[in-house]
Amino acid sequence: MSDAVIELRNVFYALDSRRVLVRDLTLDVRRGETLVLLGRSGSGKTTTLKLVNRLLEPTAGEVRVEGRAARDWGPIRLRRHIGYVIQEVGLFPHFTVERNIGLVPAVEGWTPARIDARVRELLELVGLDLAWGSRYPRELSGGQRQRVGVARALAADPPILLMDEPFGALDPLTRADLQREFRALQQRLGKTIVFVTHDLREALLLGTRIALLEAGRLEGVYTPAEFLNARQGLAADYVAALRTAEKTTSS
Amino acid sequence: MSVFDYFLRHPNEVLDLTLEHLWLVGLSTLLAVAVGLPLGILLTRRPAWSRAVLGSANVMQTVPSLALFGFLLTLPWLREQRADYLAILALTLYALLPVIRNTHAGISGVDPAVVEAGRGMGLTDRQLLLQVELPLAAGVILAGVRVAAVISVGLATIAAAIGAGGLGEYIFRGVAMVNDQLILAGVLPAALLALAADFGLGLVEKRLRPAG
Repeated sequence: MSDAVIELRNVFYALDSRRVLVRDLTLDVRRGETLVLLGRSGSGKTTTLKLVNRLLEPTAGEVRVEGRAARDWGPIRLRRHIGYVIQEVGLFPHFTVERNIGLVPAVEGWTPARIDARVRELLELVGLDLAWGSRYPRELSGGQRQRVGVARALAADPPILLMDEPFGALDPLTRADLQREFRALQQRLGKTIVFVTHDLREALLLGTRIALLEAGRLEGVYTPAEFLNARQGLAADYVAALRTAEKTTSS
Repeated sequence: MSVFDYFLRHPNEVLDLTLEHLWLVGLSTLLAVAVGLPLGILLTRRPAWSRAVLGSANVMQTVPSLALFGFLLTLPWLREQRADYLAILALTLYALLPVIRNTHAGISGVDPAVVEAGRGMGLTDRQLLLQVELPLAAGVILAGVRVAAVISVGLATIAAAIGAGGLGEYIFRGVAMVNDQLILAGVLPAALLALAADFGLGLVEKRLRPAG
């Protein structure tokens, strides 16, 4: 597949011989798609994500990014090519919002004027008033922090974005807002995105394709329509659970 | 004769001994930071070493100070050095533990999510240390330096036992002569130095505490 931006080939990741977190995973992420890694906690979703930006190194197998083995990218170059958003956001508490967003451009040696323009552009893109730029993270709500987290990941305009349950810690209303805006953003920017979640509803809403993981193994890759029509296996169980939840709430 | 009369009659002597004291404390604290800070940082990168290093620094604290000062005098090459250098060496050894321990604790205490985000966005180890970990740990590290400095002010009075000077001169002289005014002439300026060091470094610490 020539349009695969990220390729995982028979990838294993093990802490030791008994604790294997990812088992023989082979998966492609195509340019411009949002691939959702769906699974329950401990299924290896986050581990898989960290294997892509080399926060973890595979025990066996190969990860390729943009057609080149991840091993051959310097870890720093690779990570600056890939935006990374995590559930806890991890904003730098001692930096203002502006400095948080502008840090990677700053270490990449951009001029202050260019950084400033980029920060403004990004604040607008994620729907934050420019006035928030001079505030510190502790003055922001959870939803605003996550917007800053997304802006920071996009700062140096990386073609790839890894998102680890970015909306997982938010209240349902804020979460729905951000999911909606994320869809709009996704269409506008055309990034290649790998998105981790344990929430099927979110996976169906945001994913171009859904890779279902269970106990470190890939159960299958589905489009949202295929997933909903699955008649057997784990995918069908997920859909059944979702339907039961909906029925209970509507009755 | 009260201790204040003594100060009024011998202002130069009191000032000289106070300055000597300050030299012993100041230099040993600086050295402890110069050695302890990198060592503390190293321990966060090599967790396997932290038990051994923190353990040795801990043991150092349990050696009675008078014994340590005296012990240095018996070591071959060292006993030929200037007494104040020996005292500074001993004081540095005592001051190391709080500096190493707080550097290690301060950096280890940085929110793991913040470190992961920094790493994930492609900061180098050096950038992560200088821009994120050290600024966030600065308050805790400085609290360690503050403890080290205050302990040093007290310990440095023992340095007079090996002829290194400082305010301990008055204390030892006063003890030998059973003269409480003379003892106080050493104790009062030392206590003021300790308070000043505590207060001054406390101010710096407050400024360095991250806003978040």
